[in-house]
Amino acid sequence: MDIKVYKPRDWKSHPPYLYEPYGSSVKRAPLKRLVPMKQTLSEITGPVFGHNTVQPGEDDLTTNAGTGTPAMGERLIIVGRLFDEDEKPIPNTLIEIWQANSAGRYQHEVDQHNAPLDPNFTGAGRCVTNDKGEYRFLTIRPGSYPWLNHYNGWRPAHIHLSLFGPSFVTRLVTQFFFPGDPLLPLDPILLSVPSKKARERLIASYAHDVTEPEFALAYRFDIVLRGRDGTPFEEPKR
Amino acid sequence: MKQTPSQTVGPFYSMGLTRTRMNVLAIDSTQGARIRVEGQVLDGDGKPVPDALVEIWQANSYGRYNHADDKQEKPLDPNFMGWGRSGTDKNGCYIFETIKPGSVPGNDESVQAPHLNVCLFARGMLVHAFTRIYFGDEPTNDVDPILSSIKNKARRKTLMAHREETNGKIVYRFDIRLQGENETVFFDM
Repeated sequence: MDIKVYKPRDWKSHPPYLYEPYGSSVKRAPLKRLVPMKQTLSEITGPVFGHNTVQPGEDDLTTNAGTGTPAMGERLIIVGRLFDEDEKPIPNTLIEIWQANSAGRYQHEVDQHNAPLDPNFTGAGRCVTNDKGEYRFLTIRPGSYPWLNHYNGWRPAHIHLSLFGPSFVTRLVTQFFFPGDPLLPLDPILLSVPSKKARERLIASYAHDVTEPEFALAYRFDIVLRGRDGTPFEEPKR
Repeated sequence: MKQTPSQTVGPFYSMGLTRTRMNVLAIDSTQGARIRVEGQVLDGDGKPVPDALVEIWQANSYGRYNHADDKQEKPLDPNFMGWGRSGTDKNGCYIFETIKPGSVPGNDESVQAPHLNVCLFARGMLVHAFTRIYFGDEPTNDVDPILSSIKNKARRKTLMAHREETNGKIVYRFDIRLQGENETVFFDM
């Protein structure tokens, strides 16, 4: 069977499994060498979530709690495009996000940080990229919060994202940060990314062109998933 | 363009990723033999990982994936998507209700033994890990090209789910060990 495989994971961009400054990785990082596998039909296929997976309004975290009262915090518009490594847009793929509220607390029973919960904020949203690979969420700026990884440790404000792409091997879970956050150079999770250039790709940029007057600031975060091997260009049209 | 770096799902992924139940792949009208697949995710001390997330992707009972790049002439099952997601509970346990997949082709004219493709996430894992679940009682495992490619034969058994029958229900048990002597085989692909 003829298989058009995907490019390998770029280990110069992704963190290693074991990164000691991030304490939880020590007992949870696979330590044996990964077994190389040539992709098969199982890997080049993957789940497809169409537009009807997501209900209207799921992409608006300021109101999707459904209480009729907007979430507390500074409204933000988050936009971006999803590409593969060959700069080809990835349309029609599911993006799921989750984040802390404006006080730096997650709507989650495990989060015991002494900061207020917001009953009007679920902290989660979903959307599907359009035919140009674009996505858009409306949310509030997440707060920073302390964690016990190290003394006086604080996570910089961030939003988690989960993406599928066209195949099983294009799956990605990541998080993005905000420019100018003084906690960025202190965050072991961000620092686990092996190069400065790659770390910079996790920082959103302020998008004044998308910012809406008298409504909300906007940030842009573009995402790149694994591309397909050996097909960098479309066939030229004759 | 360069790949966007991976980051951990963290401890609170359930608010974003498992708000609704996504671990039941087989509904009443799905074709195929019903199975339950369950197990524990264990860390380097053998302790349960209560904040792991297991995702599976599989072929239908005929051995066809519900995806445009699977161009085989086998039937599609309109009542089977083939994907599921289960968070682990406080005991590190995940569970799926699904059907046993058929065999799918491998590369170079080979045939792969029935298997589930697994993508594993957890707090503490900065990058997801790929593995596979094979069915321990499946005779074609011996000729599966991916299993055969694992040079250390002893490690192949870490990919075998063990069949059990409880109250007439077929259960395959598959534990995932992140570290240690019996560390599960994880793939780079």
